[in-house]
Amino acid sequence: MAVLHINQDEFQKEVMESSKPVLLDFFATWCGPCKMLGKVLEELGDEQDDFKIVKVDIDQNRDLTREWNISTVPSVFMIKDGEVKDSAVGFLPKAVLTQKMQNL
Amino acid sequence: MKKEYDFIIIGAGPAGMTAAIYASRAGLHTAMIESGAPGGKLLKTNEISNWPGIQKEPGTQLAMDMFEHSTSFGAVYEYGRVKEIIDGEKKQVICEDGTIFEAPAVLVATGTRERLLNIPGEKENIGRGISYCAVCDGAFFRGQKVAVIGGGNSALEEAVYLTQFAEKVYIIMRRDVFRADKIVVDEAKKNPKIQIIQKAVPAEILDDGQHVSGLRISYPEDKREEILPVSGIFPYIGADPVTDFLKNMDVLDSHGYMKVNNSMETSVSLLYGAGDVCSKVLRQVVTAVNDGAVAAQDVFHKLKLS
Repeated sequence: MAVLHINQDEFQKEVMESSKPVLLDFFATWCGPCKMLGKVLEELGDEQDDFKIVKVDIDQNRDLTREWNISTVPSVFMIKDGEVKDSAVGFLPKAVLTQKMQNL
Repeated sequence: MKKEYDFIIIGAGPAGMTAAIYASRAGLHTAMIESGAPGGKLLKTNEISNWPGIQKEPGTQLAMDMFEHSTSFGAVYEYGRVKEIIDGEKKQVICEDGTIFEAPAVLVATGTRERLLNIPGEKENIGRGISYCAVCDGAFFRGQKVAVIGGGNSALEEAVYLTQFAEKVYIIMRRDVFRADKIVVDEAKKNPKIQIIQKAVPAEILDDGQHVSGLRISYPEDKREEILPVSGIFPYIGADPVTDFLKNMDVLDSHGYMKVNNSMETSVSLLYGAGDVCSKVLRQVVTAVNDGAVAAQDVFHKLKLS
């Protein structure tokens, strides 16, 4: 399932009300580790259909970023049934992300 | 879990990635273990302008290109944080998660880590207003006041970088002479958003329970103090080598940097060091890649002969 880029208006529907688990990534276009993680997420998106990968650009979605208290990018959240089950900051490799999603 | 290789590289910065290219091209079964994002300090560098052949490029781009290159000849990228190396006919590299990597030759290319200020309020506010990477976190401080600590090239360059977001940038320096290059000092001095405060030292970081709210600085000569109303603090007071896991091996100098010979080998046979983690005069991308190539080539020759 391709990676979904969303804005804050779509957040509730695409993330909190998603029927599939969501791997949520708050990123910035100017952040190095975010780009590295971005590549991993693209690959992960192409390889599986079990969970949804959603990306939020913090500079385009300031209110949402503030609401989620994001002060480091990348910040990733593992969400199931509208609840945050796990989270991490910084780059993570594919195997670790997959493991975290499988643990939900 | 145990994994066997010919050659293990710890750290995927420019030195480690270059060693991976040379070793895997020479046919060595090579692993590169990294605990963060591959790219090392390149990822924290806004722009590289001294990589020959490319006049200007974002550090991230060079990092991504190098990483792709480094794994293109079969070197394997492994995720892990190394806690110990045990010497032997096959060296064991033991990671925090229990994974053991085994190989006859090991290269340490772990680089350096930014030095902490070691003042009250610092540890609890890392990620809540204290950042050691202006390029990574600068944009969180749009329209706010921030302080950069230090008087070297990194401190001044990052201060200038931060002026594109921050309303005001204080530079706090212990002395009244700059360690930075003249061109960098001139650029900082002429920037209207920058205020340079000299002969002052950071004493305490204040917060409101959620986020940094100020920095208390003291002027030792005048015996007075001042509180700067900043919400962001960027310490650039130097760095220390990441060599904690080598302390029992007698390969470090008194500052913790690795001592290596011309082939980048330490006094322990087939244990190598490359890049910023080594005791050296110039720490740059170009000198790191040199080290990585020399080390990998030496490993190849020694393993081939054995």
